[in-house]
Amino acid sequence: MNYRRLFLIGVPYVWLLALFLVPFIIVLKISLSDIALSIPPYTPTLDLSEGWAGIKDFFSKLDFDNFLFLKTDPLYWKAYVSSLQIAIFSTAITLLVGYPIAYGMARAPEEWRATLMMMVILPFWTSFLIRVYSWMGILGKEGFLNSALMWLGIVDEPLTILNTNTAVYIGIVYTYLPFMILPIYAALDKLDISLLEAAEDLGCTRTSAFWLVTLPLSRPGIVAGSFLVFIPVIGEFVIPSLLGGSNTLMIGKILFEEFSSNRDWPVASAVAVLLLLIVVVPIVLFQRSQERQAEAQK
Amino acid sequence: MAKPSKTPVVFAPWEDETQKPIIQFKNVTKRFGNFTAIDNLSLDIFEREFFALLGPSGCGKTTIMRMLAGFEAVTEGTILLGGKDISPVPPNKRPVNMMFQSYALFPHLSVWDNIAFGLRRSSMPKDEIGARVDEMLRLTRMEKFAKRKPHQISGGQRQRVALARSLAKAPKLLLLDEPLGALDKKLRHDTQFELMDIQEKTGTTFVIVTHDQEEAMTVASRVAVMDHGKLIQVATPAAIYETPNCVYVADFIGDVNLIEGNSKKVGSDKYEVSWAEGQAALHGSCPREIADGTRVTYAIRPEKVAISADKPKDAANAIQGTVHDIAYLGNISTYHVMLPNGQVIKAQESNTRRLANRHFTWEDPVWLSFTDTAGVILTE
Repeated sequence: MNYRRLFLIGVPYVWLLALFLVPFIIVLKISLSDIALSIPPYTPTLDLSEGWAGIKDFFSKLDFDNFLFLKTDPLYWKAYVSSLQIAIFSTAITLLVGYPIAYGMARAPEEWRATLMMMVILPFWTSFLIRVYSWMGILGKEGFLNSALMWLGIVDEPLTILNTNTAVYIGIVYTYLPFMILPIYAALDKLDISLLEAAEDLGCTRTSAFWLVTLPLSRPGIVAGSFLVFIPVIGEFVIPSLLGGSNTLMIGKILFEEFSSNRDWPVASAVAVLLLLIVVVPIVLFQRSQERQAEAQK
Repeated sequence: MAKPSKTPVVFAPWEDETQKPIIQFKNVTKRFGNFTAIDNLSLDIFEREFFALLGPSGCGKTTIMRMLAGFEAVTEGTILLGGKDISPVPPNKRPVNMMFQSYALFPHLSVWDNIAFGLRRSSMPKDEIGARVDEMLRLTRMEKFAKRKPHQISGGQRQRVALARSLAKAPKLLLLDEPLGALDKKLRHDTQFELMDIQEKTGTTFVIVTHDQEEAMTVASRVAVMDHGKLIQVATPAAIYETPNCVYVADFIGDVNLIEGNSKKVGSDKYEVSWAEGQAALHGSCPREIADGTRVTYAIRPEKVAISADKPKDAANAIQGTVHDIAYLGNISTYHVMLPNGQVIKAQESNTRRLANRHFTWEDPVWLSFTDTAGVILTE
């Protein structure tokens, strides 16, 4: 093994180790600690000056109490369930909205495609926070949407959209739409038009050719897009806290409240560790499907 | 050339006036914007024919095929299939199947499912579908690969699956778009004979599009040579080769020597072509009447030109020149002989002897000779 190669592989590994694994171990450690009125606000802390006995003492004080506590309060599992629910629904909505857009882009005349692609990516040029705030301006009681609806005479009273789950869904679908569109577009763009002609030639109508050929062949894009939306949405914090109401229950929000309002770092860490475990499952599934996809293309 | 094996000793329905063509193009024109792809074309294709559309790329041959399949609508004129106008029939309702140049096999389906795809869209009962697919697999010798996906088989096997899939629905007409273009030369030769074999077994009318003249000559019962959206000549491969109707066809099919000159009538269908100062006129025949003094082209195939050291005594045509170049192809040699006026005439000889015993070498003075029926006189 030459050093050059070792170095090349080493850099990302050291990076991941320092910025992901080490912080995760720290969070895991805090989740096994107890709350304390001190700085830092948990106990025990590792004191190496006492030598071996100190380390033994340190480990003996770690326990799973915080995880057991999460079981006793229904707030936590309700938040997990609600997060999963919101993630699943918003992924489904994003797919339903994103697929036709990606399809339209892939079927658009060649010279238009770059422009359309640009329009999908354009929102990323503005801060994510500003875009979510602007939705507050649109969806509020006196926002653009209600003013427009009232002016058109469609409604008499302003609709309550902001600070409800509806606003959260709107925000999530809006924010994550490009992550759904791009992989589906990539899959559809590769699709050979002669396959559709062959399907028609063999007796398919346009519609059945879509279900039998286009849809199965864009599956890798659908899977990739769905995971790219689903995984970050489970832990989403900004959108539910800005657009959601007091009854919008999401795990990211709970996490934030435990950390900052309650200053209960150990419980917050336990929530975070559990969230990670929940997210790891779809990530592993995603990796598997990507590998299978890569193998099929060999 | 496809063997016309079935009952009439010579398979030539196009010469039989009682035969009804299966496909009729009647003054068909197809335009894409300002570009005229097909220009007022009329054509009859008969049942059980293996019909080849031959021409350079962009000549409109693929457009003809796509109009038959239903992917392009005609701008003017009508296409009749079995006597009925097919323009209002969408591609999925036409009794026509197509084998695509790229094969267009569905990558997510197995070989078996690819072949069954068309049958499943029809009203055929399930158990019959299975039997039909197995039959197609046997016909194309792909039984062992039924469970494989298209990316797990070779190019030649994919070609056979594509053929099986397009034949599965027993179409009245099978369209083949450059079916062998992606195969290497040797495999292409084998597959040409396989195609003819399958065509004979199934009795389907085949229309093949190709730019490979050798392929068209091998497989087809009739060849249509196209250029710029027009049919230049439609005839059997032998007729196209031996009696091309114009310089374009003579030049496009095989190798040919073209000598320009002025014609003079000397017999009932005999003509003289004077082509160079101080040279004897060439003797040839033409079934059409040509006015004296018309500028014509005398076309003669290299293999019909004999080469010798001494002037042959009783040859109708003899020209002297020097060996300019020799192309040794193994089985044959092509001698490029330069005439006194600078023109180069190709003469082909079979290499019946070993290379070391070759008669001629570079710069040798030689005589070229050919009979008066070997060449054709072309006016266009």
